[in-house]
Amino acid sequence: MPKLLIYRLLQFPLILAVIYVVTLGLAWAAPGSPFEGERNMNPQALEQLKERFNADSFIGFLTFYPVRIITRLDFGPAMSLPGQQVGELIGTRLPRSVALGAVALAIATVVGTVVGTLAAVYRGKTFDWASLMFTLIGISLPGFVVAGVLSLIFVANLQWFSGGWGTAEKMVLPAIALSLAPMAYITRLTRVSMLDVLGADYVRTARAKGCSKPVVVFKHCLRNAFLPVFSYLGPAAAATLTGSFVVERIFSIPGMGELFVLSVQNRDQTLILGTVMVYSVMLLSFNLLVDLGYSLIDPRIDITAKG
Amino acid sequence: MSAATESILYKTAEGVPDTLLRRIWASGRVRVGGGILLAVFLTCVVSLPWTMSPTSSIYYDGQRNLPQLAKPASGAPAWFGTDLLGRSVLARCLMGGAISMLIGVAAAAISVVLGLAVGLIAGFKGGWIDSSLMRFVDILYGLPYFLLIILLKVACEKPLTSLLGNPQAANLVVLFAAIGLVSWLTMARVVRGQVLSLRGQPFIEAARAMGLPSTRIFLRHVLPNLVGPVIVYATLIIPQAILQESFLSFLGVGINPPLPTWGSLAGEAREYALNSLNPRWWLLVFPCAMLGVTLLCLNFLGDGLRDVFDPKREAAKL
Repeated sequence: MPKLLIYRLLQFPLILAVIYVVTLGLAWAAPGSPFEGERNMNPQALEQLKERFNADSFIGFLTFYPVRIITRLDFGPAMSLPGQQVGELIGTRLPRSVALGAVALAIATVVGTVVGTLAAVYRGKTFDWASLMFTLIGISLPGFVVAGVLSLIFVANLQWFSGGWGTAEKMVLPAIALSLAPMAYITRLTRVSMLDVLGADYVRTARAKGCSKPVVVFKHCLRNAFLPVFSYLGPAAAATLTGSFVVERIFSIPGMGELFVLSVQNRDQTLILGTVMVYSVMLLSFNLLVDLGYSLIDPRIDITAKG
Repeated sequence: MSAATESILYKTAEGVPDTLLRRIWASGRVRVGGGILLAVFLTCVVSLPWTMSPTSSIYYDGQRNLPQLAKPASGAPAWFGTDLLGRSVLARCLMGGAISMLIGVAAAAISVVLGLAVGLIAGFKGGWIDSSLMRFVDILYGLPYFLLIILLKVACEKPLTSLLGNPQAANLVVLFAAIGLVSWLTMARVVRGQVLSLRGQPFIEAARAMGLPSTRIFLRHVLPNLVGPVIVYATLIIPQAILQESFLSFLGVGINPPLPTWGSLAGEAREYALNSLNPRWWLLVFPCAMLGVTLLCLNFLGDGLRDVFDPKREAAKL
C-alpha cells in the first residue's frame, strides 16, 4: 500500500501539469484572447499581472504564474472582471457548489444503496419493477430536465420552495434534483451486486444459524456488495460536478458553474485557469481517496497486483 | 447447447434457426426501444425540409426577416405552441431533434473508431505499448472532461470556420469532434479486454498453429467476436453524447443560436417557463419530453442488446 500511495502521489503533480498546459494552450489559442487586443482588457489587471507574476506573455503564464499559485495560492486578478481577484471569486463560490454536490452525493449513495438492496431482496416483486423503471428514467433524463420539472412544480406552481441560496431549506430541491442521476446508477449497481452476494454460501449459513434477515442483509451482504458502488463514486463525483452547473443555473444559485461559463464566454484566462485547476485538484484527490479506500474496504484486494 | 441453457436464452420454434438477428428481433426491449426511437428519428429527419424552410417555422432569424417574425405561426405548427419570437415550438423541436441525434451519432462514431484503434493496438501489441496506452487512458479518466470539451470548442471554432467557410457547419463539427474525443476511453478499455481474452482462446492458438497469416486471423476470427461488445457500448455512448451536447447547449456553450437543439430550447425556455406569474410551460415541457423519451429508448435498446449479446449475465437480466 505505501508503494501505491507514493506512486499515485507522484503522478498527481504530473497530471496537474499536463492539465495546466493543455488548458493554457486552449485558453490562449481561443480567439478573443486579451493579449491580442481584440478586446479592451482591463489595464489594471494587466498591470497587476505584470508586476506580481511577471506574466504578460505565454511563456510568463507557462512558467512564472504557476509558481505563485503553488507557493502563495494567489491566482491573480480576473482579467475580464475589473477589480476582482480570482482567488476571492472562487473562494466565495466554491463552498456553495461543494456543499450542494456533497449533499447530493450523500443522498444518492444512501437512498440508492437502500433501494437497490431492497430491490434485490424482493426480486421480481412490484418494488423491484418500480425501482427498475425509476432507474431507467433517472439515467435517461438529463439534469436540467429533472431540475426544470421539479422547479416548475414546486417553485413556480406550488411555491413550496424558492430559488437562490442561503438557508438549508433552499438546498433541498437542488440537492434532490442533482442526486437523481447518480442515485439511479447506484441503485442499479447495488441491485446487481447484491443479487450476486445473496446467492453465496455464507448467507445460507448465517440464516441457518438463526440470524434474522435484516441482520444478514444489511450487516453481512451489504459490506460485500458495496464495492462496485464505492468504485463508482469517482465517476459519480465527476458527474455531480457537471450536473451542478446545470442545477445551479436553474435554481439561481451563485456557484462555480456560473463562474466557469462566464470565464469561457469572456475568454478570461486567469479565471479559466483558476476554475479548471481547482476542479482538477478536487476530482483527482477524490479519485485518489477512492482508490486508496479500496484496500480498507476489502483487505483481499491488492490493486498493485498486475491484472 | 444443453436444454437448460436453451430455456434461459431463447425459445426457438421447431426448425427455426437461432441466429443473432432473430435473437435481437425477439428481445422485447429492442423492439419497443428501437421502434419508438426509429419513429422519433424518422419524424425529425423527414420533416427537415419543412422545418428548415423559413416560411413554416421561421427558426432561422439569421435572415433578419423581421416582418415575417412578427406573424405568429398558426395551424399545425402551433400544436406545441409558439415561443416568444413567434416561432413554432413543434418545428424547432423537430429540427432540434435532428441536430441533437446527428451530433450524438457522429460523436459516438468518432469514439468507436478511436476506442477500437487504441484498444486493438494495446490488446495485440502488449508489452510496453499496452502499459503506456493504458496509463494514458487512466490519466485521461481523471480529467474534467466537460471543461475540456468547452475549451476545445472555444479554441477550435474560429480556425475551423475559416477552414470550412460555414460557421454553423464548423460549430457542429467542433462539437461532435470534441465530445467524441473525450468519450472513447471506455470503448478502448472494453476492446482491449476482449482482445486479451480472445488471444488466450484455443481456437486462436489453433489458427496460428495451422499457419494462418495474422491479418486473416484478425479479420476472420478476432473481429467478428469484437462486434458484440462494440455494438453494445456504441449504443450506450450515443445517449451519453446527446446528454453532454444538451448540457452544453443548455449552458449556452454548445450549438450556437439560431440552430435549435433540445438542450438549447430548454435553456432558452428556462426563465420564461419557470416564471411563477405566467409560466409558459410549453416552452420547457416539449423539448424536455422529446429528449427524455429519446434517451429512454436509447438506453432501453442498449440494455436489450446487451442481454442478447451476453446472455450469461443472468443477474443483469431486467
